[in-house]
Amino acid sequence: MGAMPDLSRRSFVFGSVAVAGGVAFGQYAQAQPAAASAAAMNPLTADLGPNAVAFNPWVEISPDKITLIAQHADKGQGVGSIQPLMIAEELDLEPGQFEIRFAGPSPAYFNTGFAHELAPFMAPDQSPEAEKARAAALEWLRKAGLQMTGGSSTIPDTYEKLRMAGAVARETLKAAATKRSGIPVADLRTEAGHVILPNGTKIPYVALSADAAKITPVSVAKLRDPSQWRILGKPMERLDIRSKVTGEMKFGIDRRMDGIVYAAVRLNPNKGQPIKSYEASKAQAMPGVQKILKLSNGIAVIATNSWYAMQAAERVDCVWEPSKYPAEQADHWKTVASSFTPQFLAKEWRNDGNIDAGLKEGTLLEAEYRAPYVGHQPLEPLNGIGIVTDKGMEIWVGHQTPQSVQQIAAAAIGMKPEQVTFHNEWMGGSFGHRLEFENVRVLAEIANQMRGTPVKLIFSREEDFLQDIPRQIAMGRYRGSVKDGKIIAADVQVAANAPFKELLARMGSPSKDPDGQLGVGIWNVYYDIPNYRATSFEVQGLSPCTTWRAVGASANGFFTESFIDELIHAAGLDPLKARIEMCRIPIYRKLLETVGEMADWKGPLGKGKGRGVAFVEAFGTAVAEIVEVTMTDAGIKIDKVWVAADVGKVVDPVNFENLVQGGVVWGLGHAMNCELTYAKGAVQQTNYNHHEAMRMHQCPAIEVRGLENDYTVRGIGEPPVPPAAPALANAIFAATGKRIREMPFNKFIDFV
Amino acid sequence: MFELTVNGIKHQVNVVPEMPLLWVLRDELGITSPKYGCGIAQCGACTVQINGAAVRSCQARMADVAGKAITTIEAVGNGKLHPVQEAWIEHQVPQCGYCQTGQIIQAISLLKAIPKPTDEDINQVMSGNLCRCGTYERIRVAIHAAAAKMGGN
Repeated sequence: MGAMPDLSRRSFVFGSVAVAGGVAFGQYAQAQPAAASAAAMNPLTADLGPNAVAFNPWVEISPDKITLIAQHADKGQGVGSIQPLMIAEELDLEPGQFEIRFAGPSPAYFNTGFAHELAPFMAPDQSPEAEKARAAALEWLRKAGLQMTGGSSTIPDTYEKLRMAGAVARETLKAAATKRSGIPVADLRTEAGHVILPNGTKIPYVALSADAAKITPVSVAKLRDPSQWRILGKPMERLDIRSKVTGEMKFGIDRRMDGIVYAAVRLNPNKGQPIKSYEASKAQAMPGVQKILKLSNGIAVIATNSWYAMQAAERVDCVWEPSKYPAEQADHWKTVASSFTPQFLAKEWRNDGNIDAGLKEGTLLEAEYRAPYVGHQPLEPLNGIGIVTDKGMEIWVGHQTPQSVQQIAAAAIGMKPEQVTFHNEWMGGSFGHRLEFENVRVLAEIANQMRGTPVKLIFSREEDFLQDIPRQIAMGRYRGSVKDGKIIAADVQVAANAPFKELLARMGSPSKDPDGQLGVGIWNVYYDIPNYRATSFEVQGLSPCTTWRAVGASANGFFTESFIDELIHAAGLDPLKARIEMCRIPIYRKLLETVGEMADWKGPLGKGKGRGVAFVEAFGTAVAEIVEVTMTDAGIKIDKVWVAADVGKVVDPVNFENLVQGGVVWGLGHAMNCELTYAKGAVQQTNYNHHEAMRMHQCPAIEVRGLENDYTVRGIGEPPVPPAAPALANAIFAATGKRIREMPFNKFIDFV
Repeated sequence: MFELTVNGIKHQVNVVPEMPLLWVLRDELGITSPKYGCGIAQCGACTVQINGAAVRSCQARMADVAGKAITTIEAVGNGKLHPVQEAWIEHQVPQCGYCQTGQIIQAISLLKAIPKPTDEDINQVMSGNLCRCGTYERIRVAIHAAAAKMGGN
């Protein structure tokens, strides 16, 4: 599709300046040592054995094995599988012929996938200005060297570079075979881990590693066309499926080590505040307990078994410093409500037409929406293993930002980041939780007091809830007007605490720029509404908050797509048809049409049934969802969900479907059933019975279709989340006439 | 000192009588396939078989399970993959996979009681097993597939 002069002009007007200075990443570049180019800086070369070769930071071949490096961490989203398979596609390897290792910290693994998110242009904008800004953002990312898994960026980041890494390795192995055999490269081919000579002789890659190490890696001009793919784009078995079904998979929490001791903690539930004093004589006398340690914000129990440690930690009487944020939830909401003022203005993201004049015409609608704090609570609780010696710290922890783990751990114990050796682990979920550092910091403090002994820390579920830095709390104030069957104005205001900015500050890179995540879902709205203004306000002084699957859009998408629905109903229009007609991006219109076809949308259903539609673009990926509900005597039953998502290219189709289904379950479940609330400075919900999200009996059938019309490849981990809540709320309205403007919905209506 | 039989192998463990089986398996015996998720029987990630029945091992006290036969995911198929495991692989159910060993053991128990379960049966029995990644629909499909496999035997 071509560029859209209309959109690019608008976004350019208020977005042109803020590119390489770091719209979202603030001062991160200054905080990092400048990274040399990835090719010149290959972290694998340092630890290579004899006769081994590392063609680039992702492929290592020694005389006995082939190892492919996964730079993005696997939290369950399947990237521990698809990253090596993208290499294997070009390197002509088959599953089973290589080992997978997660990358250590290195700027060579900087994430190129954030370039789109950093450049202040809308996702479908292909104008020269937009592309220039993205190139500048990419250059900035290269300098920053930030290695982070997040923002649905794994595939956008690695789609080209990992296939290229495989192709370079393949061609260099062929060159080595040429050197050995004297046969021209053009006459060689590769298959299943071997270079094959014209006479059929097969040379295993591993047998070529020593020769290949002496050759400068061959450059490759062109990757294979997708029509030639053996593995990618076709239904494939994720490489981690079997081990997860047989129980062989070892998550971080499962790692064992000789001489290990087990630690549990009690930390100040008034987040960020220290401990005043404690009394531990009861706990000290309990079975299995070895030691009780004081930490900066709590205590740790060292024991011979995690359960002994957790039991004893509960019995320590702790006196906490009170919270700096409001102790009671009602005051959090009051603070949010009072933040729609110039003092807290973060950014006016868009101002099209004349909003004041537009709102004076036609029928005025006003609505206020709320999104509460929610927890991440992956099923594997926070944990880690650490050993501190006089030389440094070695840490095993599943984490999305390896360099920050080094920084946080080092800072906690007065060491330098380079003294911390980090090993990543397979993770039992994250949803944003493992971008934070509470377990890392605390583990460093504990291991530092137990020098020479490996310490395994596991947060109890209750502690994990209490220390979980939640999703931002958000409120939307929306005004709009309709006239003659048309939406003519929408004034969109959101106030929330700033999740990504807060995360950056904890990473040691505070940003003064507006949090781009609070613009997502209000700025990148593609309906043809002549007078449209979108503004974010950043609330100060509340609970710390952080990125939660889909981040800003998880709240903003609910607000905006609910309000658009309200306006559409006020204008007397059909919710799906009106969206299609108003949508100004052809491929997004196609997406809405597709989801309509999938659901066979024909307008109101009657008989207590209702359907709702919602459409949100987040992280560049446009997703449209239709939810169908039935009002029963036992409450609302969700019958079915249809999802269409456009990612440009579906690289791993089965996993794609699974991730979309999971995103819908995540979005629906939390919108229906979850909130975290504060009382006396602490979160009141401390286990899953208080924060259930979705269970099997509430889960509808979810039909998924992936489209490939977008001009570039996009991610899918988060984008299915934002449309789920508004599509459900809109369906409930269609079925019952009741408009729910606040999550969780179960405060206002019963579900089966 | 308690005697415990796990997957046919006898172990001696020296723990307090009230220690949950989960933590005996994980930290004393190094059998880590039963997972710690909630500690209060809210998630099902720790599910194992005790004398053939699916039980939340975080709620089973050592003193109460001593001498009984404990089976973890490693042994549910008697040396090969159980049909439920096969179905789980065919339908690629797991994402993070942390809950899945518990889900599979619960599903085996369901199919033992109800060989041809309806969606309603599945919803009822499986709702105690939490999956934060949201693989529920694939679990439902895989259970139906496993039921078909087992019915064919």
